[in-house]
Order: sequence, then C-alpha cells, then structure tokens
Amino acid sequence: MSAQIGPQVITSRFGLSESWTLRAYLGSGGYEGLRKALTMAPEDVHKATLDSSILGRGGAGFDAGRKWGMLRKAEPVYLVVNGDESEPATFKDHALIEADPHQLIEGALICAYAIRAARVFIYVRGEMALGLERLQSALNEAYEYGAVGANIFGSGFSVDVVAHPGAGAYICGEETALLESLEGKRGYPRIKPPYYPAAIGLYGAPTVVNNVETLSNLPFVVRNGSEAFHALGEGASRGTKMMALSGHVRRPGNYELTFADVTFRELIYDPALGGGVREDRALKAFIPGGVSAPWFGPQHLDIPLANEKIAEAGSMAGSGAVTVMDETACAVRAAWRISRFFHRESCGQCTPCREGSGWVDKVMRRIEDGNGREADLDLLMDICDNISPGVRWPPAQTTICVLGPSIPSSVASGIRMFKDEFLEHIRLGGCPFPPDRLRASLAHA
Amino acid sequence: MRELGYRPDALIEVLHTAQEAFGYLDAQALAYVGDRLGVPQSKAYGVATFYSYFTLEPEASHSCVVCTGTACYLDGAGALVSAVAGLLAARGQEAAPDRWLSLEEVRCLGPCSMAPVAVVDHEVHGKLTPPGLVSVVESL
Repeated sequence: MSAQIGPQVITSRFGLSESWTLRAYLGSGGYEGLRKALTMAPEDVHKATLDSSILGRGGAGFDAGRKWGMLRKAEPVYLVVNGDESEPATFKDHALIEADPHQLIEGALICAYAIRAARVFIYVRGEMALGLERLQSALNEAYEYGAVGANIFGSGFSVDVVAHPGAGAYICGEETALLESLEGKRGYPRIKPPYYPAAIGLYGAPTVVNNVETLSNLPFVVRNGSEAFHALGEGASRGTKMMALSGHVRRPGNYELTFADVTFRELIYDPALGGGVREDRALKAFIPGGVSAPWFGPQHLDIPLANEKIAEAGSMAGSGAVTVMDETACAVRAAWRISRFFHRESCGQCTPCREGSGWVDKVMRRIEDGNGREADLDLLMDICDNISPGVRWPPAQTTICVLGPSIPSSVASGIRMFKDEFLEHIRLGGCPFPPDRLRASLAHA
Repeated sequence: MRELGYRPDALIEVLHTAQEAFGYLDAQALAYVGDRLGVPQSKAYGVATFYSYFTLEPEASHSCVVCTGTACYLDGAGALVSAVAGLLAARGQEAAPDRWLSLEEVRCLGPCSMAPVAVVDHEVHGKLTPPGLVSVVESL
C-alpha cells in the first residue's frame, strides 16, 4: 500500500535549501502569481478564488471567496492573516511560515488586491520565534524587491504588510478575539452579531480574516488557474490539505495530501506517510481534526480525508491535526489533559465555558487519580450538556465563541468509547495504565 | 513607545519590548507604560495577566519549559517533568528566591511532530528522553 502524494500546492518548496529566502522563492516561480493578479481586475481575482472553492483551512472550513464577498462596502478594508495556531497537535501553519514565508506574503497580497485592502496584518503566534524572524526578514526582502509597499511592481497598487507577534493566548485564534488583541486589548471574543468581521472588524472597519494555509494556496490558484485547483479533491473539499500527524505513529509530521484521495488508514499506516503505529501496537483511537473534534476509533479508518465525509461520520476535519493513540494510551488521562487545556485557555467571559471547563477538569482529574465515583460519569455528561446542550455534533453553543462547545468533545468521546476504562479507574481506585503522572506540585500548568 | 507613536493600541508591543528589556513586568513598569500610552493601569495589568507570555515576577537565570500538549503528553512529557523536578530537588533549589532554573509546563509549543519537546533557555529540543533532558539542563 502506498498512497499517491498528490501535486504539491503549498509545500512544493519544503526541503529546498534556504526555502525561506527571496532567492529560493524567485527561483521557483515566486511572485509570478502576484504579477499575474496585478494585470487582472480585482473582481476577476476574487472570481478565480470563488471558482476554485477554497474552504478556510483554519478549522471552520468557510469558503474563502464567499467570505471576501461579504465585505461591507466601506473604507478602509483590512486583511488580517490568522497565524495564531496554538491548538495542541496543530503545527501546519508553523511549518508554512517557517519554510515558505514569501508564499504566505504573496498569497496575502493577492487577497489584499482582490479586496482592495488598505493594510495587511499578519498575526503570528508569539512562541513561533523562528517563524517570526523569517517572516520579518522575508517582508524586508519583499519590500526591497518591490512586491510590498508603494506601487507594487509598477501597478499603481499599494499596500503595507505588518507582522504582529501574539503574546500567548489560544483564544486569540478566534477571529474576533484576534482583532481585539491586534487593537492592544485582552483577547476577548466579541459578541455576535455582527457575525462576521466582514461587517465590523478591525478598528470597526470591514475586515477579512483568513488562515495562513488558506492564503498560501492563492499563488498556485492565480498562477495555474482555478480549474487546476478545483480539479484536485472532490465534492466541497477542493485542493490539498496539510495534515499534521502526531502521537503514537512512526513518522509524525506534516503531510500535504489531496482532499478525498487518502483515507485515515493510509495516513496512519502508509510507509510514505505515518508509517504505522509505533512498535506495531494496536490502534486505540485517533483525533481526526484537532482537540476540539470528537474522537474516532479503528472502525473509522477508511473514511477519506474530506471535510464532508468526516462531518458525516460525526466529527470534523478542523485544522487537519490528527493525533494517534495506541493501546497503551489512557483515554481518561488524554481527555483530562485536553479538558485542562480548554480550562486554562478559556478567556473567562462566559459562565458555561469558564466554570464548566474547570469543573470538568477537576472531575476528570479525580477519576484519573483514583478518587472518582460511578456517578461522576453522569455528572460529566451533565456538565457537558450544560456547556453545549445535547452534547451532539455539530455542537450547540451557549457561549460567545466556539471554545465553549469544544470542551465536551473529548470528554464525551472518552466516556462513549471507553466507558469501561473510566469505570475501571473508579473500581481500582487508580489508573491501570503505565504511570506518566505529573507531580502534584506541578500539575497546575 | 516613541516609535509606535504612544498609541494606546500599541500596548502589547510595548509590553513585549519592556519585558525584553527588564526580563519581567513589575508594577512600576506597568504604571509607566500605562501612563505614557494613556491606558488605565488596570487595563495594562489586565492585558499583562491575560497573555501567558508576560510575567510579573523575575525569572530564574535559566529556564526549562516542558510541553505537556496532547502529543507530548502521550509521548512521555510527565517523565521529563519528573526528571527535571528530581534534579532540582536534589540540588535543593526548588523554592529558592534567586533560582538557578525555573521549571515550567506549558500546554502546547507547536512542534508536535518532535514530541516530546522541551525548550531550554529558548532552544527547542525534540524527541527527548528523561536522561537526555537532564543532561541538557545539567550542561547549563
């Protein structure tokens, strides 16, 4: 079994020597897309994006071209690039920024031209020190080359691009929290409506917020035409997707795969991809699309990597982060760590999320520590039900943003798929799996 | 601050710069920054405590940050933390005020394919074993 590693749209320069420099970029078709876009009318660039149907790659999967079309008619318009990738096990934007920052800049400029943006802000997670350094030096090179700034390539179109480092808050990946953070405030998601920053965004102006991976596709789309992009994948999922594979596999890493071409089985077991579960152990479960997604089990391995196919099976493709757990992984501990993450990263505005996540964290911890009781399982599901009524997928929302409804997924998955394991913890008064426990004094993190 | 035009919305950038210069943000630094940018001190404090990058206390001379995100946790981050904690306890410097090393856990650092990961004095180390991390720390 060997999967076809499809035509590379966004990772074609990965592995080139000094792929992050302008020299390497220009040597491999760099800025041709932007040059071509500047000869087209902005409406035609927008149409090419619509025709290629690029779904947002940040997690929600919203059509990028449609998003641009929702901009309120007012000036100025801003483009904000969301590079605040902070979810555990998601590391695709990280790689795109470090290995090919010029591609991101070019994609952002193509978008900026199509929507006539007055300024572009690239919000990069503060922890990505190398990425920020390379992005900033790429920006300096691009300014000097004439690809950014005044009168780009003599076309009369001018736009400035600013790189902005985040300061360590997962919630700033939520687009309205990101805008608040850009404005120098705490990253509190904004109350909806207005539902989209396209109406009221940064400094009250209409704003497009797009993910790093989404925009990195644009140079290919403009250079090769929307048909070439649309020909990849099937149904609503077009083009390729960066899959960030981690956990108990032999070859963790980023893999760019054509949508619908590859199944989870191939991603995990193919020698050219994941290379199988470590030490040939049995697969216990995997998280298909980031820690907010409900878990899948071995029976889901033959689902193809396509947004709608994964959604039909009751989870989500999300950001494309796949985490594999083998038979030695403790489901209670894994779900506890995920709920702890959400508890720590909850911004604190909405009660169901702020209080619910802390409560779930505490109950999960006591089960893992062997102090749980059987009634805790009902209690957990009840708390989850209060955070997101019905504990169903897609989740119902009681909070301003979707961080709240993300909390129940892992806990509910754990209880539904591995109820016996939860009960065993309670019966034994401890965890039956090999210890990997954090010392009590440090478990506050 | 002058570079950024004393704009209140430059608060986060200014705090970044202040922390780089002083190592941490004390009440005096927050008051000064708030005052010059026209931001209430409460808001400057609010922003500084909201983002985990900012710290209000002096740092130890060296830092060891262990990632306990999902991928690292599955790959044995707990053992890394215990190993370094054991080393600190052996040296009796766990709770000293001017500490030699701070040991910290974070929820995810991002390079999950290199799990388990730790950052020692701003340098990323991947695919670590407990003895491996201890020898990195001991070489400080």
